[in-house]
Amino acid sequence: MDRKPLLVAAWLLAAVLIVAAASAQEGGEDYPTDDDVNRVAKNLYCPVCPNTPLDVCETKACEDWRAQIRDQLAAGWTEERVIAYFVEQYGERVLAEPRRKGFTSLVWILPLIAISLGLTGLGRVMRDWRRTRRSDKAPDETLKSSPALPPDVLDRIERELKEIS
Amino acid sequence: MLAEIGWFALVMAFGLSVYATLGGAWGGARGRPALVASARNACLLVFPFLTISVGALVYSLLRLDFSLAYVADVSSRAMSNFLRVTALWGGQQGSLLFWAWLMSAYLAAVMLRRWDGDRDQLPYVIAVATLTMAFFVGVVLFISNPFARLWHNPMTQEIVSAVFRPAGGMPYAAQDGGGLNPLLRHFGMIGHPPTTYLGFTGFVVPYAFGIAALLTGKAGDDAWIRSTRRWTLFAWAFLSLGLILGGRWAYDVLGWGGFWGWDPVENAMLMPWLTATAFLHSVMIQERRGMLKIWNLILIVLTYALALFGTFITRTGVVGSVHAFARSALGPAFFVFIGVTFLGSMGVLFRRWKDLRGEHELESAVSREGVFLLQNLLFLAITFAVFWGTVFPLLSELATGTKITVGPPYFKQVTGPLFAGLLFLMGFAPLIAWRKQGLRTLGKAAVVPVLGSLAVAAIWGWAHRMHPASIFALWMVSLVLLLVLYEFWKGIQARVRSHGEPPWTAALRLVGRNRRRYGGYVVHLGVLMIALGFVGDTYFKQETQGTLAAGERLTIGEYSLEFQDLQSYPGSDGREIVEASARLYRGDKQVADLHPRRDFFVVQEQPVTVPAVYSTFEQDVYVLLVGWEPIGFQSTTFKIYLNPLINWAWLGGGVLIVGVLIAGWPTRATASELTYQLRPRLARTPAVGGG
Repeated sequence: MDRKPLLVAAWLLAAVLIVAAASAQEGGEDYPTDDDVNRVAKNLYCPVCPNTPLDVCETKACEDWRAQIRDQLAAGWTEERVIAYFVEQYGERVLAEPRRKGFTSLVWILPLIAISLGLTGLGRVMRDWRRTRRSDKAPDETLKSSPALPPDVLDRIERELKEIS
Repeated sequence: MLAEIGWFALVMAFGLSVYATLGGAWGGARGRPALVASARNACLLVFPFLTISVGALVYSLLRLDFSLAYVADVSSRAMSNFLRVTALWGGQQGSLLFWAWLMSAYLAAVMLRRWDGDRDQLPYVIAVATLTMAFFVGVVLFISNPFARLWHNPMTQEIVSAVFRPAGGMPYAAQDGGGLNPLLRHFGMIGHPPTTYLGFTGFVVPYAFGIAALLTGKAGDDAWIRSTRRWTLFAWAFLSLGLILGGRWAYDVLGWGGFWGWDPVENAMLMPWLTATAFLHSVMIQERRGMLKIWNLILIVLTYALALFGTFITRTGVVGSVHAFARSALGPAFFVFIGVTFLGSMGVLFRRWKDLRGEHELESAVSREGVFLLQNLLFLAITFAVFWGTVFPLLSELATGTKITVGPPYFKQVTGPLFAGLLFLMGFAPLIAWRKQGLRTLGKAAVVPVLGSLAVAAIWGWAHRMHPASIFALWMVSLVLLLVLYEFWKGIQARVRSHGEPPWTAALRLVGRNRRRYGGYVVHLGVLMIALGFVGDTYFKQETQGTLAAGERLTIGEYSLEFQDLQSYPGSDGREIVEASARLYRGDKQVADLHPRRDFFVVQEQPVTVPAVYSTFEQDVYVLLVGWEPIGFQSTTFKIYLNPLINWAWLGGGVLIVGVLIAGWPTRATASELTYQLRPRLARTPAVGGG
């Protein structure tokens, strides 16, 4: 198989990504703008303001944090590095999104387990129900046999079915 | 003096609740109709007594009786009369009293209904419901009393609050009160909290009927479901309304440009709503097919326990930190009571397990029953994910000592796909027949909506090709919308053909004669509109922030904001207001003058950001005043959110309520359910073994 086109494509993609990343990093002369700072701050929570993300928090402490993020971005730090810095300084609690490793991975894993258990349970219940139904059935009963309904009810059902369709 | 009356009424209400619990249980178990009648009267009387209590507290709040600790805490001279009244539910003690009062109103209404058909249930309904009543009134009386007074101890120079005079205490009255939390000083205070509480407390009715049916061995038939259907719907409607108004309030007050932040308090409210919604649907299977009897009881117990949990979480401060839990007896009391409620109910359910076998078995996975089961599973899965995310910070604090944050990204990622699944089911379930559905006929029935939605999505996708991820969501919403509308269209067509009615008459009669079904579909339409609001919030929301000098502009989308000037002036209610004037342009045309503000509450040292919003059907331009140059007001920082489709969420809320009204509106056949009587004949109550 000829791998050349693939390789070229991969190189092109990488080049495009690098250029895009670089332009996103610099983003013009007045980098970092407020929007750049907020984009980082959105992922962080300060330890004293519960349930308020850093990008909207109004307290003085959070203002200072945002100023710090601005300085760090201006000094050429990547967004990841800024976030890593705050985690190192203040612990994992500053992250809006719990990490998917260590103790906090539990928060992600358990709902998945619960959902798959629920689905399995549901599937089993459905299967069991259908099985008992089949074994309960008298041998001469087939799906073609008419259900035990009085004829006038059957007539009405037929009529209404016709109306609907 | 008035406070003493309020306190005394509280004591009476507590005594009556305890008496009603015991009298109901004993009278039912021993077959003593006179005792049951007496318990019923006691249960009825709780409401007037709590009304006196609430009245006394409201009067004290209005007249600023600062010798009461609660009044000194939440009321103040600067507050308007409107806010002083709403301060009833602005703090812990008052809101618990309010909670108990609303519940007593429900119970009084239930007591006054006609008990001709289910007289044997009455004793246990009384016992179960008044047990909760007694718990809440007891908490208000003994742990969190709004009538506690302030006392000054001259020896230690301490001010304490207590109902009775402590040793060495001198009566004390504060000069002025602290007043409500500034965020609560808003018109929304009249909407969101009372509706939420009406929702929470309302579930006591189906819960008590369910447990009574279990205790009397009648849970096998669905009488308890039929007689509480409207009550459940009523509570559910108020809980939904509470959620919507809460979202609107957050949008107007909290100043972060959104309406749902996956805050623990919001989650605490969402969870009982989710299980109650599952319950509303799955009871249909029991009514139609005699299946899922155990499951429905589990759902109502869960709903009720979660409503209690919601109150627990919002009122004990446990959300802030586990350490708040033990600060007063309130947390442990709630914790124990929720545990007793949940485990006790489950225990009763367990004993009756064998009586509750379904009358029918599932015939096919592809059937209305099967779809409902899947829907129930999804609702429960979302509830679990929300619950887990809400309590996980507390667990991590207990386990590791650090309280981690579980923010919106978690909730969006975990519940998003599940909600999407629910939407699909909402669209397809009405097409799927009970018992068994052939896939081919289903495909035939859905082909028009599916093709139509693909066409709509293609157009939408082209228009929003910058946001490819949104195309799926938009396709989903349009598909489900078409499926629901198609359901209406088919029904109308059938009537037009068979009765020869003009389409409008046919539509009205169709809905009027099948209120529950088509009311339900109208609710579905409302939910879809809300979903559209969430789609806008998730995929199309834009924001920008910038600092402007006078005359400069900040651009977002096709809008731009031109800063004019900034001024500061003292406002009512103890506020210092800084207000910006800005012009909003769409293209080159000025569309609005906006005045975003920052109110600073001096006493509380708390700022409140008041957004200025330019609202259209398409989107909201939501402008916040974020900061300014303190000297000379030379420059000002604004944050602008572009919130597309958000107004559909509020509109959907209205449609949802209309749908509930249609579904719950009494027909001539059910009108007798709505007649009440003060003195029922209870003479022939048969004795029922307590199980």
